[in-house]
Order: sequence, then structure tokens, then C-alpha cells
Amino acid sequence: MRILVITEHDGTTLRPASLSCLGFAQQAARPSSGEVAWLVLGQGIADVAAAAAQYAPVIAIDAAGLEHELAESYARAIAEVVKSGRFDLVAAASSTFAKDIFPRAAALHGGAMASDVVRHEWADGRLLFDCPRFAGAVTATIALHGSPQFVTVRASAYPAAVPLSQAATVEPMELPPATFARRARYEGLRSKQTARPDVAEARVVVSGGRAFKSAEDFERYVGGLADVLGAATGSSRALVDAGIAPNELQVGQTGKIVAPDLYLALGISGAVQHLAGMKNSKKIAAVNSDPDAPIFEVADFGFVGDVYAVTPELIKRLEQNGAGATG
Amino acid sequence: MKILVPTKRVPDTDQKIVASADGLRVETDHIPHVINPFDAIAVEEAVRISERLRDVEVVAVGIGGPEYEQPLRTALAMGAARGIIVQCAKPLDPWNVSRLLKAIVERETPDLVLMGKQAVDDDANQTGQFLAALLDWPQATFASRLEFIGNELRVDRETDHGIETLTLTLPALVTTDLRLNEPRYASMAGIMKARKKPLETIAAGELGVPLEPRVEVIRYRSGDTRRAGERLASLDEFAALIAQAAGIGG
Repeated sequence: MRILVITEHDGTTLRPASLSCLGFAQQAARPSSGEVAWLVLGQGIADVAAAAAQYAPVIAIDAAGLEHELAESYARAIAEVVKSGRFDLVAAASSTFAKDIFPRAAALHGGAMASDVVRHEWADGRLLFDCPRFAGAVTATIALHGSPQFVTVRASAYPAAVPLSQAATVEPMELPPATFARRARYEGLRSKQTARPDVAEARVVVSGGRAFKSAEDFERYVGGLADVLGAATGSSRALVDAGIAPNELQVGQTGKIVAPDLYLALGISGAVQHLAGMKNSKKIAAVNSDPDAPIFEVADFGFVGDVYAVTPELIKRLEQNGAGATG
Repeated sequence: MKILVPTKRVPDTDQKIVASADGLRVETDHIPHVINPFDAIAVEEAVRISERLRDVEVVAVGIGGPEYEQPLRTALAMGAARGIIVQCAKPLDPWNVSRLLKAIVERETPDLVLMGKQAVDDDANQTGQFLAALLDWPQATFASRLEFIGNELRVDRETDHGIETLTLTLPALVTTDLRLNEPRYASMAGIMKARKKPLETIAAGELGVPLEPRVEVIRYRSGDTRRAGERLASLDEFAALIAQAAGIGG
């Protein structure tokens, strides 16, 4: 079996989720002594390709037409590489990047695709995938019909790949100009700059919910506690809808799916859609004024109280605890 | 301008969803069904465009059995001009849904296909992108804002790294995210009007699209449930547990 993993990067570094996806591919390839390669796409990607080669052989497509991550050109480029390299399985970590581009690439190869794979197994010569459905209330074990098969993989479900003792090769590849044709134009990206870790990648996440009444309060309490713990900040849907927290912080069924070592939920009631995004965290801690809030049903430890009163006390105690922010 | 809005009928996911004891299906028969919430956002956005611009026709589409009339009437009551039910007895995977929708798009030749980014039952997030690829149309997924500028469509997209803006030439396909709008409740007048709006039924077989199953479900199981842990009375103890789990201090 030949497996191709699509890297996600910011132009200079690989995103950690891609390493977990490579970990999945290596596990999936092992029983059939399969081969795993990865594909780095973009413009000016020499550094990323070199970094990726520390883990597996790289196919690199460096083209002006790939300057922005637009679905039309990226999907065609992926489809071309899959075809010419005769890959059987194509994988990428679940993210808005992959969710946008991957199904489009899969459709160019017949539409055999599984989303958000959290586990796989070989059974009777077939690779089966576990995919959460209904916001994780049900998990379906599925087989895909057709080849090649495309899967997005939940990074938190797989350990990151380890570097090779010696770097693998980087094979540059050129594609015909028609590959990059598109009728969508990139206009720009607006994001809140933050010194805190990315919520999808952080070891500790402090998340705020409806209890917080303003962006200032969110920053002061949720952000303040996050900084003491060296944590990322996250948010429930309610705060994003209310314009109190930026959308890229949303954790849940339709936001980011996270599984940090510690998820600390402040003033989050625990709707099933939110739980879908964080219930696989190693430890969950919750503060809520409502003792019957569903968040307590999944929390390893909880404290009943008003977040406006409890959070400053927690910050004080955790600062005294010694470590402080580690950056 | 014509806007086509494909919709899916799904179990209301505010209800408790479990796998059957034999693992062969999901127990949804007793659960009320609704238009997939993301598709309702797409219907709402299409109707708002039709209220803002002249000569916009909104066509809602559903694939399923006769039970599909009710959710499609809801879309008509919200303001869609007419509906199309593609009759198909068995549930389809996203690949086959997108192939049937392609046939509908070829019949209807809309300028814009607007649909939910994912259905809350299978959570696949594939159908819109499949359809855009099959049509070779530009796409903008996870839209939180739409604006027509001349003959182009400017779309804000919610990504992991912030709000990205794209401009698409038409025809185009857009999938909707949560914050695009808040769907209206159909008014009584809307519901009355919807009863008289045209609702066409087409047998899936008439579309000349042989089905190609791609997803075979081997089994379902209900999700792992976490057990509730400890409720602490002492803030000192609570803080100590947090410090320990976060790996800071003692």
C-alpha cells in the first residue's frame, strides 16, 4: 500500500497535526509493509520540505499558483500527484484547510472518503476506519469502496511521527499550468494576533463560556488564567456568536476538536455540541455556578461557583504554586 | 439570478442519539427530524438575498422519501419559491448525494449553490466540496458573510487561523457556517403560502445517475461516556489538582 500524507504548514514550519497524521499513515502502512510519503504544496516551501524530510520522503510542488491555499488549485495538484504516484491512500489532518480541499481532491478520484478518522484496523485485508457521527454520540466503523481512498485524521487520536535517523529525499515535481487555474481570488486573512499557543495544539486549554459578559472580561479572566498555566484560550460557541471571543477559538462539533492534557472549562454549561470538541481531553476541570450543569458530568474535577469570583482566586493560588507562565 | 439550496433531513441532535443494540443502525425512528441546521442557514441566506436583490429565485432541494415534503415545506415557508424532492428510498453517502445534485444543477442551471457545510448526522463535511469538484465550479466553504459585488461574490470564510476573504466568479458553490445568520421561524402567512408553492418530485432513477456506494458501515457503537469525577469544596484542593494536571509547580 502506498500512502500519501498532505502536509499543512504556515510557509515556514510544519503544523504539529501533520506529524500526527504521518503517525497514522505509518501505523496503517505497517501490516502491508507499505510506503509512506508526504506532499508539501505551496510557494517558497524549501524550508518546510526540508523539515518534512526529517520524517519521511517528500514530494514538493513549489509553484506561484499555490501561493494561497485555494481549493480548486490545491485539489487538482493533490489529485495529479496521487495519480502519477499511484497512491492507494491519501491522508491529511482534520482542519479547515483539509476539510476545504480534501473532499474536492477526493471527488476528482471517485469520492471514496472518510472524515475525522479516530481509529483504524485491518480486517480481512481491508482497512476500516472509525469516524465519529452525531457530534461523537455514535462512532461508525466504515469501509470505503473504491481506490484511491481519502481520509482526514483527527490529530489528537494519533501520536506524532518520530524523526528518521537520516533525512529522506525531497523530490521536486512540476505540474502543468492548467492545474493552477481557478475562479476564486484570495483577498486576505484577518486574525487576532496572540502570543498564546494555538488552541488545537496546546497541552493545556482554558476555555470560557456564556458566563463571561464582555471581551475585556474574557481576556482578563480566561486569558489571565491561561497565561498562568502557559495555556491556550478556547471558547464555547455562545461567546463567539456574541462577538466576545474570536471564531478561531471555538471548541466544539463545528469548531475545533481538541484533546489537551488539561481542559479547564470556565462558565461553560456543557452542551453536547461543545462536549464533542473536548471530551477526549485527558483531564477536564470545570467551574460553573450551576451545580446541575452538564459539564460536571464529564469533568474529572469540578468546583461550583461564580467564575468572576473563583477565577481570580485560582490565578492567585496557581501563581503561588510556583511555575507561572512558561511562554 | 437563481440560487439552489440543497437540504438534508436529519434527526434533531438535541435529542439523545444512541446506536442500536446489534450495532447495525442508529436509533433515530423515535426522534423528530428537522432540516439540517446548517442547511436552514443556507435557506435563510438565500431568502435574504432574494429580499435584497431583484429577480432572485430560490429553489430548495431534498433527497429522500415522501417524509421529505414536510422539511421542504418549511423551506418554502421561510421564503423559497419552489421545491424539488429527488425520490430515493435508501439513504445515500455524500458521493452519491453530490452526483444526484450535479444532475439537478444541470437541469436548473443556478448561478449559486448554497448549502450547509456539514450535516449534523454524519458530520462528513464532504458533499458541497464534492459537488463543486464535479461541476468544476469555484467554492467557498464555511461562509460567515456573503456580499455580491457586481457579478462576483465576496465571501468571508471561518478558518482555523481567522477570517479569510475570497472573491468568486459565478456560478459558484458556497457552504455555510454557523454565524452567517440566524434562520427565521416561518410565519403563519409563510406557512399558508408555502402550501400553494410548487413542489416537484423527481425519481432519482430518472436523473440517469447510477448509484456508486462508497461508504459501507460495518457497525455503529455509542460514544464513550466519561464518568463524572469529584466535586471539590475546597478551592485550594481544586487549584492543586489543576496545577498537577497542567504539570506546573508541585
